[in-house]
Amino acid sequence: MQAQNISFFVIAAAMVFAAFRVVTSTNVVRAALYLVVVLAGVAAQYILLAAEFTAVVQVLIYIGAIIVLFLFGIMLTRAPIGRSSDLDNDQRWLAVLVSLLLFGVLAWTLNDAFSGAKIRFTGGPQTTAQVGDSIFSTYLLPFEVVSVLLLAALVGAIVLARRD
Amino acid sequence: MMLNYFLLLGALLFCMGVYGVLARRNGVLVLMAVELILNSVNINLIAFGAFNHTVAGQVFALFVIAIAAAEVGVGLAIVLLIYRNRRSIDVTEIDLMKG
Repeated sequence: MQAQNISFFVIAAAMVFAAFRVVTSTNVVRAALYLVVVLAGVAAQYILLAAEFTAVVQVLIYIGAIIVLFLFGIMLTRAPIGRSSDLDNDQRWLAVLVSLLLFGVLAWTLNDAFSGAKIRFTGGPQTTAQVGDSIFSTYLLPFEVVSVLLLAALVGAIVLARRD
Repeated sequence: MMLNYFLLLGALLFCMGVYGVLARRNGVLVLMAVELILNSVNINLIAFGAFNHTVAGQVFALFVIAIAAAEVGVGLAIVLLIYRNRRSIDVTEIDLMKG
């Protein structure tokens, strides 16, 4: 248990720092690369929670596909590759206030509702086979809907982005 | 492990994502902040799944990942289209609906 807690805090500290840099960095490419650190940290947290299939999917889809998509987006919109000082708009302090208030409310509520709740890993890990069984029995209809949604998003993205 | 650790980490990432969405000017950076928000939701789903000893949390997280992929695809296509039409992806300049 102790080792899990230590690794949680180390990974969480790296994630919070990287997430802070994602939203404050003055360099667009660096923000995308800090996002990689956050996403890898999220995958590591999934492994700590014994959800190894989701962790692998996270690495494959987020780090493998979505970050590449972001880098292409940065390249194709000719965003300034170096530093630029105009990446933030003038609502900055209002945004700081809103997010701090939101975090205060969320932290207070979570502390009120779940303080002392412990995650116990009994009966072995939830295996990939269980996840697959669940997707193809209980959640079959949502699964099919998501595949149609992906197809629609693919067609929509091509229609939007092609030159005609 | 305490459930609250994961929930608070998710809340922190969520608030940073909200800050990014509100404060960023560049369309691609706004989409990155949206990714932070979606990931914080996924951490919560997986933590509650482990807490309740059910695979439902993982299944829902997988659905959210699939929808995030669709969202980024369409979102970046829209940003690309805005860039092509206006030569800039500053989201504060897109104010055609302002009265």
